Amino acid sequence: MPQVAVVQYPGSNCDLDALEVLQKIVRVKTDLVWHKQLTHDNYDGYILPGGFSYGDYLRAGAIAAHSPSLKIVREAAEAGKPVLGICNGFQILVEANLLPGAVLRNANLRFICKWINLRVDNNKTPFTRKMKMGQLLRVPIAHNEGRYYLEPEQIQTLEKNGQVVLRYADNKGDTTMDANPNGSLENIAGICNPDHNVMGLMPHPERASQSELSPYNNAEGRLIFDSMIETIRERNEGRR
Amino acid sequence: MTVLEEIQKPNLTREEMEYAVRKLGRQPGSVEWAMLEAEWSEHCSYKSSRQVLKQLPTKGPRVLVGPGYDAGVVDVGEGWVVTFHIESHNHPSAIDPYGGAATGVGGVVRDILSLGTRPIALLDPLRFGKLDSPHSRWLFENVVRGIGDYGNCIGVPTVGGEVEFDESFERNCLVDVVCVGLGKKKDLVMADADTPGDLVYLVGGSTGRDGIRGASFASRVLTEKSDTERSAVQVPDPFAKKLIIEAVLEAVNSGLVRGMKDLGGGGITCALSEMAAKGGTGMRIELDKVRKREPDMHAAEIMISESQERMALVINPKMEDRLIQTLEKYEIPYSRIGTVTNDGQLTITMGGDIVASAPSRFVAEAPLAHHSSRKPVYIDKLEKTNHPDAPKDLGRTLLRLLASSNIASKEWIYRQYDHEVGIRTLVKPGDADSAHLRLPNGKRLAITIGGNSKRCYLDPYWGSVGAVSEALCNLAATGAQPLAVVDHLQFGNPNNPEVYWTFKETVRGITDYLTAVKVACVGGKVSFYNEDAETGTAIKPSPVISAIGLVEKQTRPIREGFTEKDSDIVIVGETDPEMGGSEYYEHIHRVVGGIVPRVRLKTEKKLLAAIVRTLRSNLALSAHDCSKGGLAVTLSEMAIKSGRVGFKVDLDKLPGKAGRIDEKLFSESPSRFILETERRQTNRVIRSFRRAGILAGKLGETTDDQHLSFGDRMQTFRLDLSEASDIWGRTISEIMEVPSQ
Repeated sequence: MPQVAVVQYPGSNCDLDALEVLQKIVRVKTDLVWHKQLTHDNYDGYILPGGFSYGDYLRAGAIAAHSPSLKIVREAAEAGKPVLGICNGFQILVEANLLPGAVLRNANLRFICKWINLRVDNNKTPFTRKMKMGQLLRVPIAHNEGRYYLEPEQIQTLEKNGQVVLRYADNKGDTTMDANPNGSLENIAGICNPDHNVMGLMPHPERASQSELSPYNNAEGRLIFDSMIETIRERNEGRR
Repeated sequence: MTVLEEIQKPNLTREEMEYAVRKLGRQPGSVEWAMLEAEWSEHCSYKSSRQVLKQLPTKGPRVLVGPGYDAGVVDVGEGWVVTFHIESHNHPSAIDPYGGAATGVGGVVRDILSLGTRPIALLDPLRFGKLDSPHSRWLFENVVRGIGDYGNCIGVPTVGGEVEFDESFERNCLVDVVCVGLGKKKDLVMADADTPGDLVYLVGGSTGRDGIRGASFASRVLTEKSDTERSAVQVPDPFAKKLIIEAVLEAVNSGLVRGMKDLGGGGITCALSEMAAKGGTGMRIELDKVRKREPDMHAAEIMISESQERMALVINPKMEDRLIQTLEKYEIPYSRIGTVTNDGQLTITMGGDIVASAPSRFVAEAPLAHHSSRKPVYIDKLEKTNHPDAPKDLGRTLLRLLASSNIASKEWIYRQYDHEVGIRTLVKPGDADSAHLRLPNGKRLAITIGGNSKRCYLDPYWGSVGAVSEALCNLAATGAQPLAVVDHLQFGNPNNPEVYWTFKETVRGITDYLTAVKVACVGGKVSFYNEDAETGTAIKPSPVISAIGLVEKQTRPIREGFTEKDSDIVIVGETDPEMGGSEYYEHIHRVVGGIVPRVRLKTEKKLLAAIVRTLRSNLALSAHDCSKGGLAVTLSEMAIKSGRVGFKVDLDKLPGKAGRIDEKLFSESPSRFILETERRQTNRVIRSFRRAGILAGKLGETTDDQHLSFGDRMQTFRLDLSEASDIWGRTISEIMEVPSQ
C-alpha cells in the first residue's frame, strides 16, 4: 500500500490541508513528519507543503533547503520516487537545487490570493498522467513570491525535456499576459526535473480537491494527487 | 526624560493614587506604581466602561463563556466549540500602520489560542480618512499589508472585513481584528491559576523595551509627540507566533496545560495578576528568570513590557518534562518564572529582593472611573437638516455612488489576504454578506461584521442598533441562524461628557437590539481616546459588531450575485425616508445630517427567522441585504456579481413610506433584503413573509439584456452593466496602484 509523507517545517502552514486531502479525499496512508524526524527514506513519495518555512527569512525556502530532511528527500528523488513541492515546497525544492530556476517576488510586489487556470503542458509526468494535454485546471494561488524565472536559454532545454508541466492560461487555454498573475517567465506555474519525478508548482491543488471549496464546484486539483498515487502504485507493483 | 523617570510619575488620577495608598496601607514603590498604571489603564481595566457594559445580555443556550475572558466560547455541537473575539490596535496603527496592524492580528490570535483553540479565521473592520489624502492612503496601504503579511504567514485565513472612509479617521485610523477559533469542548483552557503549587512558564518571545507603556499609551489622546513614541509599538514576528500556536496546541491537546493567558496590553503584570485574581490565588515571580533581549532592564520595565509573541502557561509540576519536550520540538524559548501560591499576593522578586508585593485582586481590579455625560448640542440641530433636491441625472448619481470608496469593490484588499488556507472557506470574500467556513461536525459557521460611524455620529442609539442589525442581517442573508456577537466600541476621550454620552447611548442601543432578538454578546473591547490633540478632533462614535451564525442543515450556499435571467426580484422589508448618514447624503450631497434609519425592534426577530427559513428551504436563488447606498446599490451589486444578468424594477411597487424617487433608490432603511426567486416560487415566498407580518413584494425581474433598469410612473433610467461593473470594480485599486511619493 502506498505511503506518503507530508514534511512539516517550522512555519509550514498548508501541511494539515495536504494531510487532510491525502487521507480523507485521496484516501492514501499519509504521515505528517516533522522535518527533524525525517531521518530515513521510508516512504513511497514526499510532499513539501506550502507556508512560510522559517518565516521566509533570507529568501522563501532558503533556510528549509538546508534542513537535514532535504538529504532524505534528495535520496528519494534519486531513487525515482515522486516528490511534490507546493508553493513554499516548490520554493524549497528550487533553493535545494532539486529543481532549476528561481522563484521571485510577484511582479506587482503584492501577495496575491485568487483562483487561476492552469494549462497542462505535459501530461506524461507522474503528477499529470491522469490529465489530458492542454486540459485546464482551476486552482487557487496564494503567494508573495511566485514569479518563476530562469535564464531564457535554459528555458528551451526545459521545454525540450518536457519539464514545463503547468502554465497560467485564460479560459480558452491561451497563455496571455492577463492570465499570468505574478509575472512568471512564459506563464510558467509548475516545472519538474529532467527525470520528471520531482515537481514543484506555486498554486495549491490541495485547496481545489473538493468541489464545495471551489467557486466553480470542481475538484481538478485532486488530479495531481491522484496521478502521484497512481504512479506510486505502479512503481510498487513493478517492484513486486 | 527616560522611560524609567516617566514611570515614576504614574499616569493615574489623584483619586486612583489615593485609593492605591489606602488599600495597600502604604506608598507603593516604583515597580508597583508602574504595574498599577498598566493594569489600571483604560485599555486593561475598562474602568470607564465596565459599569455601563453590565447591561448587555451575555447568556444564551449555546454560550459557554461570556465576557471577562480572552474570548467568548460558543457550543456548536458534537463536542466542538467556537471561540470568538475582537481587538483593535488603533493607537499603534496610527503611528506605525504596518507594525501596529500586524501586532493587532497577533494579539487577537493569542486571545483565541489562550483558550486552547486553533485560530481558523480572521476578519478586519478598518476605518480611515478619505483616500484623497496621501496620509490616509499611506495608512491604508500599510495596514492592509501588515494584516496580510501576519495572517498569511501564520496560516490563518482572512475571510472578511469591512472598510469605512470618513474624514474623522484622518489622524486616528481604526484597525480592528476579529478572530474565530475552533476546538474541542473538553480541551478548553481557562485563564485561571487556581491550584497553588503549579508552575508558571513564560513561553515564546523574549522581553524587551518595545511596547513599554503600550496600554497606557493607548489610554491617552494622540499628540504631536506621539510619532516619537514608537517604542510603545510592538514588533511583530509572525513566524515565532506560528510556532507558538503549534506548540501550545500540541501541549493543550496532550492535557499539559492547566491555565493560560497571552501577554498583551500590560504585559506580565496584566496576565499574571488577572490569572491569579480569577483563580483566587497569588504568585511568586522571579524576574531574573524572565528571558530579556536587552541588558539592564529595570524591574518595572520587565513587568510592563508588551513585547510580542509571549504566552503565560500555568502547569501541574508533573507535566513539566513533557511541556519542555514539546516546546523544544518547536524550538520555542521558555523559562519557568515562578509558582502559584495560596496567599493571594503577587510577589515579584529580582536579585533576591522583593520589588513588588500586592494582593493579586487589588492589582487586577481597578477602581471604577466615573464620568458625567451630556447630549451633544449638534445632534438635534443636524437631525433637522433639510432634504436636498434630487439630482436630475439619477443614473450618473448611481454611478458616482458605485465609485464611492465606501461602496466600491474591496477586492484590492482581499486579494492580498490568503482567504483559502485551512481549506474551510466555502463562501469567500466578495461572494456574499457573510463568509462561511465548514466545521468538522458537518455544519457551517457564518461570520460577518456591521458598523456605520456616519449614522452613529448623528444618532448613537439608532446608529448602533443599525450596526448590530446589519451584522445579523448579513448572517440571515446567507441562511445562518445567529449564535452570538462581539462588540468593539470606539470613541474619543471619555472625560468629555459629550463623548461619554455617545458611549452610553451606543451600549443602550446594542443592549436593546440584542434583547429584542435574543442573541448574546460574548465579548468585546472598548477603545477610548481615539482623538487627536493636534487638531482637537475625536473620531465619530464607531461601534463595530461582529456576528457568528450557524447553518445546521446542508443546503446550497446562497451568494449575492444573480444566478439567472427571468427570475423574479422580491424585496422584503420597508423603505422609509431615512436618509441621515446615507452614502447618498454624504457622498453625493456632502450633507451630514437628517434622520437616521430605525430598526423595528418588535418585528426584527421574526423577520430574521423568516429570511433564514426561506433560504434554508432553497426558495431563493440569491440574496443580499440592503445596506450602504440603499436599494439601487444592492441591486447593482447583485447584477455586477453575476457578471452577466441585468434587471428591471418598478419602484412604485416598493413597500414603505419613501415617496421621492431618490428616497426609494438610496434610503438606507435597515432590515431589508433582496431575494432572487424562481417565478413559480415567488407567490409562495411573498405569502410566507406576509403571514409573518412582514411586508414583501415583487419588485421586478432579472434580464439577459445586461442593463440595470429602474423606473416608476414618472421616470425611468438605466445603466449598462459593464459600465457599472467597471467603475465599481476599479475605483480602489486605481487609487492605490498609483505610486505614492
